[in-house]
Amino acid sequence: MNSYPGAGRIIFTIILAMCLRIVPSPDAVAAINPDWVLLALIYWTLAIPERVGIFHAWIFGLLVDVLTGRLLGQYALAYSLVIYLCLTLHKRLRQFPLPQQGMFIFFCLLLSQLLLFLIKNLQQPGEFPASFWLPVFTGTLCWPLVFTVLRVVRRSRIFK
Amino acid sequence: MLAEGNAIKLLFATGPSINTRLLVAVIASVALLATDHRSPKLDVVRATLSVFTDSLKYLVDLPSVFINHASDAASSYSTLKKENETLREEQLINKTRLLKFDSLEKENIRLRALLENSFKLGEQVLIAELVSINMAPYEHIVVVNKGTRFGVHPQQPVLDANGVVGQVFRALPFTAEIMLITDPSHAIPVQVNRNGLLTIAVGSGQLNRLNLPYLPANADIKPGDLLITSGLGGTFPAGYPVAVVDDFNPADSKSFINVSATPKAMLDRNRELLIVWGNKAPVQLLKNQTTDSKEPEGEAHE
Repeated sequence: MNSYPGAGRIIFTIILAMCLRIVPSPDAVAAINPDWVLLALIYWTLAIPERVGIFHAWIFGLLVDVLTGRLLGQYALAYSLVIYLCLTLHKRLRQFPLPQQGMFIFFCLLLSQLLLFLIKNLQQPGEFPASFWLPVFTGTLCWPLVFTVLRVVRRSRIFK
Repeated sequence: MLAEGNAIKLLFATGPSINTRLLVAVIASVALLATDHRSPKLDVVRATLSVFTDSLKYLVDLPSVFINHASDAASSYSTLKKENETLREEQLINKTRLLKFDSLEKENIRLRALLENSFKLGEQVLIAELVSINMAPYEHIVVVNKGTRFGVHPQQPVLDANGVVGQVFRALPFTAEIMLITDPSHAIPVQVNRNGLLTIAVGSGQLNRLNLPYLPANADIKPGDLLITSGLGGTFPAGYPVAVVDDFNPADSKSFINVSATPKAMLDRNRELLIVWGNKAPVQLLKNQTTDSKEPEGEAHE
C-alpha cells in the first residue's frame, strides 16, 4: 500500500472513520451509529481492489477490536469476510446503480453484524434488543454519503 | 503508460490467491478469538495496539476537554468565589466528621480486637478523569485516563464522592476501561446498612437502576434502605454506599420479590472518579498494639 501515492489518504479516511465510531453521543444516537470503518473499507476495496485487500481489512479489524474493547479477532474476522465478498464481486458491483449497490452494502453490513452477534452470544449468551440491528439500516442509508465523500477524497489532488 | 506498466507489474506480482488469503485471515481471527477468550496471553498484543487506539480516544475526547476549559475560563469571579466558599464550608464539615471518624475507627479496631476479629483499613486512591467516548452501545463501560502506567489493574474498585461506580474491567497502558455497576453483566455483593442483610445487586442496563433479584419474599428490606458493599467476594472493600432501595410493593405470593435500587454514585454526571487500592492483608491487631499506639502521634504531627 505504501508504494501507492494514495496510501496516506486511505489511512487518513479510515482513521477518521474510527474516530466517528467512538465519538461521544447520547445513547439513542450511539445505538444507531453505523460501522463507518467497514463502510470506508468497502469503498476503498471497490475503488482500488488491487491496493486494498483482506490483509488490510484484517489489520484494521484488529484495531477496531482494541478500540471498542471487544474480544480480539471478531471485527478482524467480520471485516476480512466482507472484504473478500467485495473483492470477488467488485467488477459487477461497479456496474450497478446506487440502489442496487445499496442492497449489496446492506447485505455486507448484515453479515458483519450477524458474525458479531454470534461471537458475542458464544462468549456470553444473553438477550439482545431489536435495536442491535439498527446500525445495519443506518449504515445502508449512509452509504451514498460515504461513497460521495470518499470519491471526492480519492479524486482530489490535495494529498498528492 | 504508467498505469499500464503498473497493471502488468501487478499481473505478475500477485501473491497468494484471495481464497488463500481469506483462509489465512479466518484461521488467524478464530485463533485470536479462542486464545483471547480463554487466557490473558494476548494482553500484550492488546496493550501494544492500544497505544495507537488510545491516542485516537484522546483525540476524540479533545473537544469536550476544550469545552470544559472554556467554561472554566468563562465563569466569572463571583461564581468562582461562591463555589470556593461552599467548597471551603464543605471541607470544614468533612474534616470535623473525619476527626470523629478517626476515633470511631480506633474504637472499632479495639472492639474487634476484643472479638478477635481482623479489620481492613488503609485504602489508597487515585483520581482518574473520564475520557468521553462511546465504546459500544448496550454496555456500561467507560474509559478513564489512567492506565497500567499508574499501576491500575483489572478488578480494582472505582468510586466517586457519593458511592461505588464500578470496577476496572481492563487496564491498558494509557487508559482503563471501567465497567459500571449498572452493566447487565455486573453484580456486586451488598448488605442492607440497617440490619446487615446480605444480597447481590445486579446491573439492569439502565443508568439509574440496580436489581436485587435474590431476596426472598420475607426479607427485611424497606424502601429507602441504604445498601453498602459487604466486602464479600473480595473485589470491593466493605462499607461503601452503593444504592438506595426504591419503592416496591411486597405481598405478592411469589417466593422472590422484585426489588430495585437507585445507585448513589452519579454515574452519568461525574468526570472525576477514584480508583481504589484495597489493603489486601488485614491489619494484625493483637500483635501490633504497640504500632497502633504509635500511629496517633504520626497523625498529630501531620
